[in-house]
Amino acid sequence: MDINQTPLYRRRKRLNQLVMVLCQLATVIGFIFLFAILFTLVTKGIGAISPSTFVERTRMNGGGLGNAIWGTFLMTCAATVIGTVIGVAAGTWLAEYSGKGLMAKVIRFINDILLSAPSIIIGLFIYAVVVVPMGNFSGWAGVLALTVIIVPVVIRSTEDMLRLIPNSLREAAAALGAHRWWIIVRVCYSGARAGIMTGILLGFARISGETAPLLFTSLNSNQWNFFDLGSEMANLPMTIYQNMTINAFIPDLVALAWGGALILTAAILILNIAARYFSRQRS
Amino acid sequence: MTADIHLDQKRNAGAAEAAAAPQIATKLRVNDLNLFYGKFQAIKNVTMEIPERQVTAFIGPSGCGKSTLIRCFNRIHDLYEGIRTEGQILLDEHDIYEAGVDLNLLRSRVGMVFQKPTPFPMSVFDNVAFGIRLYEKLSARDLEERVEWALRKAALWNEVKDKLKQSGQALSGGQQQRLCIARTIAVKPEVILLDEPTSALDPISTGYIEDLINELKKDYTIVIVTHNMQQAARISDITAFMYLGSLIECDDTTKIFTQPRESQTEDYITGRYG
Repeated sequence: MDINQTPLYRRRKRLNQLVMVLCQLATVIGFIFLFAILFTLVTKGIGAISPSTFVERTRMNGGGLGNAIWGTFLMTCAATVIGTVIGVAAGTWLAEYSGKGLMAKVIRFINDILLSAPSIIIGLFIYAVVVVPMGNFSGWAGVLALTVIIVPVVIRSTEDMLRLIPNSLREAAAALGAHRWWIIVRVCYSGARAGIMTGILLGFARISGETAPLLFTSLNSNQWNFFDLGSEMANLPMTIYQNMTINAFIPDLVALAWGGALILTAAILILNIAARYFSRQRS
Repeated sequence: MTADIHLDQKRNAGAAEAAAAPQIATKLRVNDLNLFYGKFQAIKNVTMEIPERQVTAFIGPSGCGKSTLIRCFNRIHDLYEGIRTEGQILLDEHDIYEAGVDLNLLRSRVGMVFQKPTPFPMSVFDNVAFGIRLYEKLSARDLEERVEWALRKAALWNEVKDKLKQSGQALSGGQQQRLCIARTIAVKPEVILLDEPTSALDPISTGYIEDLINELKKDYTIVIVTHNMQQAARISDITAFMYLGSLIECDDTTKIFTQPRESQTEDYITGRYG
């Protein structure tokens, strides 16, 4: 008997085709939005970008984005470094040391909440505990807000990646007489490195575009500020926001905002591709 | 420390000579061992001796406690919570379950190879050097020599000498298992525990590893768990049969396979169950 002829098989085949078409449709819709965003950004932003965009500071009318790009870069890097240290340590504790204790469950639960907390709430929190007592907006406050956002991302990916390392490897290392921390550092981290790196890069990409938490913390500035994190710090997302809203009557500034949006998107796209590349290396 | 062990070994040898005909020292002595996973008792009153520089094989149906038992010999169970042991295991007449025993030092003396190959995510060379670097500070040259020595001993050198820098996880299954054996030998342990080392391998790789075990028993005390009775018959000097957590019988391999004392052993080796 030909199996193609049974009614059950034919029905299954039709269902299969239907689901396939639906999946492809969903993919196409997703792509349409993505490309529409990229298309708009490129058409509106490319004209505003020139070499001077990267080296000149923002001015009341025109100028460049140099200080904002630098500020975003500096604060994002600082937050990523601090967040990586805390996040990797906490993720390691959760995966390797916590066992089945209540403490671990509580921390994991709180981390999941933090992971999905609206970033404006985090900005508000840092405003209340850092900016108000210190009396001024500062780069450090911005870094702290961004750190609070990236830490849960790093914790999650570190824990997940370490859990992927089979216990048999830990046993094998222990059977050679290795201490626990050495097993983690030499065996577990080398196996999970690519995954943890991917998590950190994705976290970096996420916080580099955050606006809400900077609104109350680093604020913005149109001056060059290279390393003085104690005072206000320029940044790209806030510059885009201000140029598009309160400065919307100045065409040059609106054009610059589009340029900034394009630069930010391109940077995030490159970071995501880099993250993909790292995770491919894993296998 | 070293002198102590040496003395003990001599004493053992003396005692064994006086007690019985074979002049083989006892390397591991298990006294009334019980082990519980929570409430479940996985090992029941096991008492036995494992002779030095011999191959002792554990056979028995799945879940009979063979692996659980040999995992007591290097206290690898201690990595997990909820496992409780009672009784004694003496390594050179020193109880390894005594308070204050350094587990890492114990495990450097009692090495272990697992059922599935477990190469670390690092190069072939670093895999073998991993254990050496834990306990010895060798010059680069001495380290290279030791790695080569271990790989030769594990009959793997010729196959990997040109790819020492490649990932250990890129080797074939049989090569990976021999890499794990090389890694274990490299730290020069006294006892090597093999937990079904060939169950994931093809017959040719299995053959290599069996030859290797034969070679290694000149220098090491070997304990092997196997599901394969022919394998136990081929490579072991002593065979222990376990069933439902109890040690049913432990004797010379030829005796176990030709005229076992217990009917349960006979049923098992003739394939009536298990």
